[in-house]
Amino acid sequence: MPSNNAVLKEKSKDARKSLLKVVHHAGAGHIGGPLSAIDVLTTLYFDEMNVEPSEPQKTDRDRFVLSKGHSAIGLYAVLAEKGYLDREELYTFDSLNSRLQGHPDMKILPGIEMSTGSLGQGISAAVGMALGAKVQNQSFRTYCMIGDGESQEGQVWEAAFIAAKYELDNLVVILDYNKLQQYGWPGTTTERAVPNDLMEEKWEAFGWNVIRIDGHSFDEILEGFKQAKLVKQKPTILIADTIKGKGISFMENNYLWHSRIPTDEELSLALKELDESGDL
Amino acid sequence: MQVSQLKTASMRDSFSETLYQLAVNDPRVFVLDGDLATSTKIEKVAKEHPQKFLQMGIAEQNMLSVAAGLATTGLQPWAVTFAAFMSKRALDQIQVQIAQPKLNVKMIGAYSGLLTGVTGKTHQALEDIAIFRSLANMTVLAPADSVETTKMMEWANQYDGPVYIRLARDNYPILFDDSYVFQPNKGVVLKEGTDLTIIATGTATSRALEAAEILNQNNISSTVVHLPSIKPIDQELIIEMATKTKAVVTVEEHSIYGGLGSAIAEILAANAPTPIEFVGVKDRNSESASNEALLEKYEISTKFIVEAAQRVNLRKK
Repeated sequence: MPSNNAVLKEKSKDARKSLLKVVHHAGAGHIGGPLSAIDVLTTLYFDEMNVEPSEPQKTDRDRFVLSKGHSAIGLYAVLAEKGYLDREELYTFDSLNSRLQGHPDMKILPGIEMSTGSLGQGISAAVGMALGAKVQNQSFRTYCMIGDGESQEGQVWEAAFIAAKYELDNLVVILDYNKLQQYGWPGTTTERAVPNDLMEEKWEAFGWNVIRIDGHSFDEILEGFKQAKLVKQKPTILIADTIKGKGISFMENNYLWHSRIPTDEELSLALKELDESGDL
Repeated sequence: MQVSQLKTASMRDSFSETLYQLAVNDPRVFVLDGDLATSTKIEKVAKEHPQKFLQMGIAEQNMLSVAAGLATTGLQPWAVTFAAFMSKRALDQIQVQIAQPKLNVKMIGAYSGLLTGVTGKTHQALEDIAIFRSLANMTVLAPADSVETTKMMEWANQYDGPVYIRLARDNYPILFDDSYVFQPNKGVVLKEGTDLTIIATGTATSRALEAAEILNQNNISSTVVHLPSIKPIDQELIIEMATKTKAVVTVEEHSIYGGLGSAIAEILAANAPTPIEFVGVKDRNSESASNEALLEKYEISTKFIVEAAQRVNLRKK
């Protein structure tokens, strides 16, 4: 186990607590998706990416685009842990004049590389960043997180086609594969899960390097990023099996927590669970 | 000289040559194609300077989002497709990822208006001005001829921010010479008169000038203003001319809803209420036919500008 796993665990737990408290405070925002994304986000910012909060515009920084922009509070919580903003500022989330918009805004919050929120668009912008690096012989890498619900947008596959065509081996997309979405698919399996969407087969067919990982295992996430660097002339997708609501027993795998606001009691229960959890 | 005696030139050729020069001379410039390079003539870049040509395939939404991503790395993408697809197919991408963050992407809407080479209503663009002008941070331009196309593109290339340029497919009279200087917030007075002001944009301007010639023969003296920039718009000049002549005709190859006419009506209603007649496509769908047939049936030919001028002249107070 890499030595920094303990740090990643600590940071992701703190980010989880922050996002729960902030959504409760704001009375708005999403919970399930950010909780499924947070371990990958934490690994990106605390291990994988070359980024420096004090120099958010340095040209050789690695880029991250949160294509599933509705998980914004998860990203803000990790950015706060990393030092892009004070934890206190998280509580301005969704309020007037806040830098923390309901969906990420690249113009007002340093560290946000692309404005997202309308689904399917972020991955294309990430393709543009990776292509921009390639044609200018710049060495930075571009990372992008998409959702499985988001992958119902046709634009995701337009981007998949172009990224493979231009052999963008400097691009890593992470699919936060939590298998739930806002309303979902009545009549399919339990909890309205998406019908078999053949994610591995689709990305392979589009010519990508496909790696399947447990999106809550830091070892597997780290190994996925490492493997991605070894593959040339192909973009990589980490299909990260995740659990919507991960870390809070009564939220896990429950589509109702896509954007529900916890009550005072639910919040203290959730925080208690996190405090008492050794390993998630 | 009469408009009918002016030389004509292809706006597409001028666009193609200018974009090629920009791509060769400016390291930031990359050309993105939505697989229409032979129609839009950006093929020249693909053939002669291929390292600056990025084929994005028939996927306009992705193309505009990729352009946004490229712009964040310091490049200056010129995305090129038909105006119909630029303004509607990729609108959400343009709104969220280019206009809102004010990224440095140049958007070319080729084949705007009605005269799109008998392609019919799916490929005509009669809403693009209305759509783009409603986006905050957006600059919206429409050149009248091949010379202005070049000048406008050179301006856009040194401007830091999103620009939409609506181009026409065919040949048009050359109204400007090389000394012409394009300014984004300035209208151009092409002819001065006393009875009314005709305000036109894009290639409709040459028809506005023709109409002014006919009106002259009928003892109606008109000012002709060309507005190459619909946003920002030369509010001062519009108010000045409307106040002087007390009657206005707006002319555009665009829907009468939301375009140049609407922009002028907004300004005059608030600042200098003036009778206006709107020459543009009424609330209906078009079809594929020859240029001449379309201009007549959809009531935007020179004849309709003359009639609008006569009507507005009678409404003057």
